[in-house]
Amino acid sequence: MRELIAGLSTGFIFGLGLCLSHMTDPAVVQGFLDIAGAWDPTLAFVLAGGIAVTFIGYRFVLRRKQPIWGTKFPPPVSGMIDTSLLSGAAIFGIGWGLAGYCPGPAIVSLASGRRAVILFVVAMLAGMIAVRWMRMSRAAGLRQATS
Amino acid sequence: MHPYVLAFIGGGLIGVSAVLLMAFSGRIAGISGIVAGLLPPKPADDRTWRIAFILGLVLAPTVLAVTTGDNRIAPPTVGPALLVAAGLLVGVGTSLSNGCTSGHGICGISRLSPRSAAAVATFVATAMVTVFVVRHVL
Repeated sequence: MRELIAGLSTGFIFGLGLCLSHMTDPAVVQGFLDIAGAWDPTLAFVLAGGIAVTFIGYRFVLRRKQPIWGTKFPPPVSGMIDTSLLSGAAIFGIGWGLAGYCPGPAIVSLASGRRAVILFVVAMLAGMIAVRWMRMSRAAGLRQATS
Repeated sequence: MHPYVLAFIGGGLIGVSAVLLMAFSGRIAGISGIVAGLLPPKPADDRTWRIAFILGLVLAPTVLAVTTGDNRIAPPTVGPALLVAAGLLVGVGTSLSNGCTSGHGICGISRLSPRSAAAVATFVATAMVTVFVVRHVL
């Protein structure tokens, strides 16, 4: 029950934030990315607001021994910057620029019922499944090779 | 209200969501990670909060539509073929790099994660180059 309440309420607040800040308008997102055109700084304000609250809030929250309803906090941040991280981020950026959707706004926009948004989300899920499947078969291959 | 002020407040709400999720559940509010954990071949064990979070996301514009008459969702800017290609790239990319605009951009930067900083610099750069090529070169 706690899981349900925590997930539903934080998802709702997150979605509200995306809607109010126009992140559910891909034209606004692409306007931010178009530095050679009529640049739209909206997305920078969203990131600034998000990081300001999260940076300060995390400082207080992470002083606790454990989460209020949970058992542990995520492990400390890692400094390991590898090819998978950079190539993945590069690929994500290309898709983000092409359509103006990152995962959050795309899922929120499903509420409009537009078939085009559903297409984007289904393709995104397929891409995620492909990587997860590839990683799992590679891990299985490694286990076989070492046993 | 000025759109930039509203954008800052909207961003602040995203921050409130991220802080609450960390405070109560000890989890990172990264949308790509939350979604990916529900997918095959091996979905995560903690599916309840993930499904609830996604329901909450979709519920937000629905409640806005009922209360204000405007769900604040604008139509896509490109056609279906490009949307499918972009969706695939976003899915593959965020899975490979374990995060998107929320997980790396908001939560990771707020934790001063070098990995997230590198990811954000990379995806903002390739996104800007992509938009530049599509709008000003092609």
